Amino acid sequence: MHDPFRAGLASGWKHVDASGLTADQRFEADVVIVGSGAGGGVTAEILARSGLSVIIVEEGPLRTSDDFRMRESEAYPDLYQESAARKTADKAINILQGRCVGGSTTVNWTSSFRTPPATLQWWQQAHGLKGLSVEALAPWFMAMEQRLHIGQWPIPPNENNAALARGAAKLGIPVAVIRRNVKMCWNLGYCGMGCPTNAKQSMLLTTIPGALEQGATLISRLRAERFEFSGKRATILDAIALKADGLHPSGVKVALHARHFVLAGGSINSPALLLRSKAPDPAGRLAKRTFLHPVVISSALFDQPVRAYAGAPQSVYSDHFLEQFPIDGPLGFKLEAPPLHPVLFSTTLQGWGEGHARLMKNFANVQTNLALIRDGFHPDSQGGQVSLRGDGSPVLDYPLNATFWEAARRALLAMAEIQFAAGATWVTPVHERTPGYTSWAEARRGIAELALEPLICRVVSAHVMGGCAMADGPERGVVSDEGRHFQIDNLSIHDGSVFPTSIGANPQLSIYGLVARNASLLAAALTGKPRPAIL
Amino acid sequence: MTTRRDFLKTGLAGGALLGVAGCTRPSANGGRVMVLSALIPVMLEGALPDAGETRQKAIATTVAGVDKAISGLSLATQKEIDELFDLLVFAPTRMLAAGVWSPWPEATPEAIGKFLENWRFSRFDLLKSGYAALHDLVFGAWYARPDTWAAIGYPGPPKVE
Repeated sequence: MHDPFRAGLASGWKHVDASGLTADQRFEADVVIVGSGAGGGVTAEILARSGLSVIIVEEGPLRTSDDFRMRESEAYPDLYQESAARKTADKAINILQGRCVGGSTTVNWTSSFRTPPATLQWWQQAHGLKGLSVEALAPWFMAMEQRLHIGQWPIPPNENNAALARGAAKLGIPVAVIRRNVKMCWNLGYCGMGCPTNAKQSMLLTTIPGALEQGATLISRLRAERFEFSGKRATILDAIALKADGLHPSGVKVALHARHFVLAGGSINSPALLLRSKAPDPAGRLAKRTFLHPVVISSALFDQPVRAYAGAPQSVYSDHFLEQFPIDGPLGFKLEAPPLHPVLFSTTLQGWGEGHARLMKNFANVQTNLALIRDGFHPDSQGGQVSLRGDGSPVLDYPLNATFWEAARRALLAMAEIQFAAGATWVTPVHERTPGYTSWAEARRGIAELALEPLICRVVSAHVMGGCAMADGPERGVVSDEGRHFQIDNLSIHDGSVFPTSIGANPQLSIYGLVARNASLLAAALTGKPRPAIL
Repeated sequence: MTTRRDFLKTGLAGGALLGVAGCTRPSANGGRVMVLSALIPVMLEGALPDAGETRQKAIATTVAGVDKAISGLSLATQKEIDELFDLLVFAPTRMLAAGVWSPWPEATPEAIGKFLENWRFSRFDLLKSGYAALHDLVFGAWYARPDTWAAIGYPGPPKVE
């Protein structure tokens, strides 16, 4: 299998693995970008193509298709934040986030949705973001859809997704096919461990190579520690090199100088860097209103094999339950199906001993649905808050309140009904206290009475958003709708942390589109030339 | 029923003793291996080979797998995991917080099962999350291994040439 990134490195792309540095270093560029995921990647390519010198700083390692062996034991420690075991402060929510070159785009499941019109309308109406209309953003989404080959998925869904479609259809619940950012996809099902065939059009394969082609420098294994400010400007970004284990500082310090800095570390690490830097925050908005699309899970047994580990991980969804109530009413949820692999499934599944083993023996016949609960719109859905531990590392406190659990119960009921309608013989919410159910009637009674509380009902998240919200003025947020920091003139934030609510859909394309717009505006501002054509 | 006593046990006495446990770091020097070697056969009942040398080997490999998984966690989380195992190794907290009265190698499967259920459904989030950490570490280490996959009908990743 050809590894285009390694070929690029051989042709002279500039990559520094900071774990190999033996003495303190100073780097300088027009723009330093912190983070190489959806926001950092798109920014890097657009700025580099505008003729600006660019440095991309990534805390995780550089891993490429030759390294992607589709093994959970390697992928989680290597490619994910905190070995895929990042948790909220009370440990009640497990968070999947990438930590490698390409960020979460290297390990996501390729689901691509434009920001829903209802979300954009809410942002205009409740957050004053008048510039972000469906019409104004459409060209940016279109451009990124072309760049990343986002399109309709023509292959029939795997049985895990087909069961969601079948059950929903029986109940008259509309479903649709998920668009994916893939090119000549082999339909393997291992997107979450890094695409071994370079089909997924992640940042690792598209915009970062695009930036490196233009002479940008990528520095991996380098942790951005803090900004130094002078008046209204960031002057230096202090960073520390990590050892090859990716955990311990090597002792080498790196000072990054730039005219402009772009922060794109994601919704936990970006606010944390600003907190460590003691960035001005006069309105007290920083690191607040962090959203997760908290997910509850329903697993079902079928008589026939489901093989949820094989085939495109996510290809079917339903927005039916997002549209039931007003957007700021009882929380809505999006239905999807996740890929199942032995570590992910066994650690998520409740119980131990014989009970756990019995369910695992049926692993190939397990079908699972997810409900992604839309947070950040209802007055009682204020999300979480990022703070710093004593060692400066971030932790997210995300309380799960009654408004959330009310939606979680509706979601568990909806998923169970769909699974029985699809032909399941047994359904269990992922919850420590349920015996599981053999009919919809039994599930309806059981789930209605189930005690829903943290650490008893399993909650997970793969979508961290907010914390550096966009707003129409400094009293209401951290950055403008162009991503410019309200107090620091030469600092922009280009990642999902700028969303003032959750998205209500898998967020990668929302980040690509908004950042394409804002990076183009930034390129024009920094070069004094007209806004670049981005393709 | 014994709300107040339970609170004193885990809230106060446990906290103070945990301080002592943390100072002496009892989970170092094989303490963690001892706890895991006792927990794993109970947690993996039904998945482990029934008896004999292969069973012992599977337990030892899983202990090593847990160690490896811990070494990949963030330094802050590793510290918390150290504290968890300190609490389980240090005899006074093992008895008070975990309710396991005999040393781990002599604890019966019933006593260990009771401990797991007590923590799983504890009124204290700290103990619930302790159970969750043990659950995720042990099952993660077990099912990460290709030799456990045939039993659950997982063919492993496809070949990509």
